Amino acid sequence: MPPAMIRVEDLSKSYSSGAVVQGVSFEVPRGEVLSIVGRSGSGKTTTLKMLNRLIEPDAGRVYIDGEDTAKVSGETLRRNVGYVFQRVGLFPRMTVAENVGITPKLLGMASDQISRRVDELLDLVELDGSLRTRLPSSLSGGEQQRVGLARALAARPRILLLDEPFAALDPLTRERLQQVFLRLRQELQLTAVLVTHDLVEAFLLSTRIAVMRSGQLIQLALPEELLRRPANSYVRDLLDVPRRQARLFERFSERSEDA
Amino acid sequence: MREGLDDLPHFLALHLELTLFALLVGVALSVPLGIISAKSRVLGPLLLGLAGVAQTIPSLALLALMVPCLAALGAPSIGFLPAFVALVVYSVLPVLRNTVTGFTNIDPALLEAARGVGMSPRQTLYYVELPTALPMIAAGVRTAAVWTVGAATLATPVGAQSLGNYIFTGLQTRNVSLVLIGCFSAALLSLVLDGLARLLLLGVERPRGAAFGAGIVALGALYGCAGLTAIDQLRQGSSGQVIVGTKTFTEQYILAEALAGYLRAAGKSVQVAPSLGSSVLFDGLSAGTIDLGVDYSGTIWANVLKRDDAPASRDAGLNEIRSALSNRYGVVLVAPLGFDNTYAIAVRRNVTATFALKSLSDLAAHSRDLVIGADYEFFARPEWKALRSRYGLVFREQRSMDPSLVYQAASSGQVDVVCAFSTDGRLAAFDLVVLEDNLQVMPRYDAILLASGKFARKNPSVLKALAGLAGSLDVPHMRAMNKAVDQEGRTPAVAAAPLLQSWLARAAN
Repeated sequence: MPPAMIRVEDLSKSYSSGAVVQGVSFEVPRGEVLSIVGRSGSGKTTTLKMLNRLIEPDAGRVYIDGEDTAKVSGETLRRNVGYVFQRVGLFPRMTVAENVGITPKLLGMASDQISRRVDELLDLVELDGSLRTRLPSSLSGGEQQRVGLARALAARPRILLLDEPFAALDPLTRERLQQVFLRLRQELQLTAVLVTHDLVEAFLLSTRIAVMRSGQLIQLALPEELLRRPANSYVRDLLDVPRRQARLFERFSERSEDA
Repeated sequence: MREGLDDLPHFLALHLELTLFALLVGVALSVPLGIISAKSRVLGPLLLGLAGVAQTIPSLALLALMVPCLAALGAPSIGFLPAFVALVVYSVLPVLRNTVTGFTNIDPALLEAARGVGMSPRQTLYYVELPTALPMIAAGVRTAAVWTVGAATLATPVGAQSLGNYIFTGLQTRNVSLVLIGCFSAALLSLVLDGLARLLLLGVERPRGAAFGAGIVALGALYGCAGLTAIDQLRQGSSGQVIVGTKTFTEQYILAEALAGYLRAAGKSVQVAPSLGSSVLFDGLSAGTIDLGVDYSGTIWANVLKRDDAPASRDAGLNEIRSALSNRYGVVLVAPLGFDNTYAIAVRRNVTATFALKSLSDLAAHSRDLVIGADYEFFARPEWKALRSRYGLVFREQRSMDPSLVYQAASSGQVDVVCAFSTDGRLAAFDLVVLEDNLQVMPRYDAILLASGKFARKNPSVLKALAGLAGSLDVPHMRAMNKAVDQEGRTPAVAAAPLLQSWLARAAN
């Protein structure tokens, strides 16, 4: 087994309202994608945000490529970790090119180099170069999230974090972006952590799946193992939803064919 | 009208100077303060509260307050500075408030995104927060610009020149066209500044556009103009130009014109600083920011020397004033001009007939049925208190109003009794009868020419010539000149021409 790209040890966070994440530990080997699933309030987004210290952990350690993330400044850490936001991720008063090139700019890259990198990235996420000078508000939701993805990849980060990146998109756009993500994962050998509500998405995009409940990691397994041996009724219930939906949909479409 | 328009570039440039620099400093202060306020839970409400309180002070009062405040700090308390400081204070609130609103309205998710891409707090401010809050801040600047242009018209009484000079002088000399010139040009100026701010905002939203370029050029031109005016003023200030100050009534404007003409004939460069607040003129003479002005012995006796007794005689009183002013304030009493402009109580002619009034003692018997009107100052003066207690005057109602409206109010029957000035040309014009001060309660108000100590030291020969004007002007002549302006629509300069001729003839002999 290759050395872990991300190693999380005993991560905890609590607010005045109570514990949000309690003693979470896991590893993500290089080139793997880990999905974190769970119901709302299970602590999955907080866990994700502690990986690049958008939220400072109360206890526990995060190692990226063997380095303790607590030993560098939060800003330096975040410039080297790609992050795709759930919604308002883009800066509304910057053009597409400025949004994509922001992290390289913060890292002090020369402007002609940034410009070339922006071209590469727009190509990579299948966006037309003519959109460079547009403001985010003039783009469709799918285009905006492609820009968000391009921005997260701009500084060639070692790891990529995604917080429900496709949740706000219509199903067709979502599917197309998921395909883009799969292709990028293949091409760039991405190591990534993805938070999602959507179990089908988790199965489709990730190597392994982590299930969280009330701030704790319940099960971390390969998709087929999760299906075969759910750790408890909570995991089983989560898995049942898409199954039920698929069966229902099947029945509807059979009926419409009969008719 | 024609004569008024000739001065327009001058007053417009001064108005622009005052407004634009106050706005510049106001914005430079309030944007950083707004940012700090938006980020601090303690400072935010505190600063917003303070700015809100400053805003509730009427602009005229705020301007007037600056005079004693600056004097207490030992700074120049007359002229540009008090007006400038007051306008800066005034321009802070809208910009501060909008900056705070602009910053607190930023979606927290956007700030998280800024952190997420690795921005430091300073980079977040520069790349995300300021650009996002900018339209809101700009709206605040627009409001401040319009307010400041308006409030600058009120800077005249503290000795700063602006378009307000038209309004104050026009109201005082019943010259409606002057008032209109002042109002319209101020309104136009605020429209221009507002439009310019809007243009710049459009430009900021779409950088490098034509609108932005045009806005920058126009703003640059305006600031250039304001800067040149400031340099010009500084140069004049050090070039020995003589500043003649006036209070806010007709007689003062006429005497200032005559004095200015007299000094110009003596080869001096002169500027009239018109319509100063009553105490502002004396403070200016005392501080040396005003060189010459005409005040009144009774006013100095009561307000400056703080005396409530009566002087033994006219000469004794003048001698006492001369030495006290020189010893305590360095102000030189150059000459009593000859006429006495005392407070006089006057009534409409039909009222005197109804009640058979001749003297103030007669008035006391009927005063409970009558309404008295006077300028803002009179009811607070010791003379009024003395009159009231000696004659036992109690009126049905007391009304304070602008001095220019007092006679009109009596003539139209809105008030029955007015406090007038004995030299006022409008007494005859509105058919008002002066009642005799039969108990001789009123002190004398000899018009006295005062000079600042600095001017007196530097110009001994001019001072000697001015001292020769003692006793050169009597009450009927003064009243005739006042009437020429107030009733016949002459300008103060035209009305002052015969007086100037007689003064120059006097000097030649």
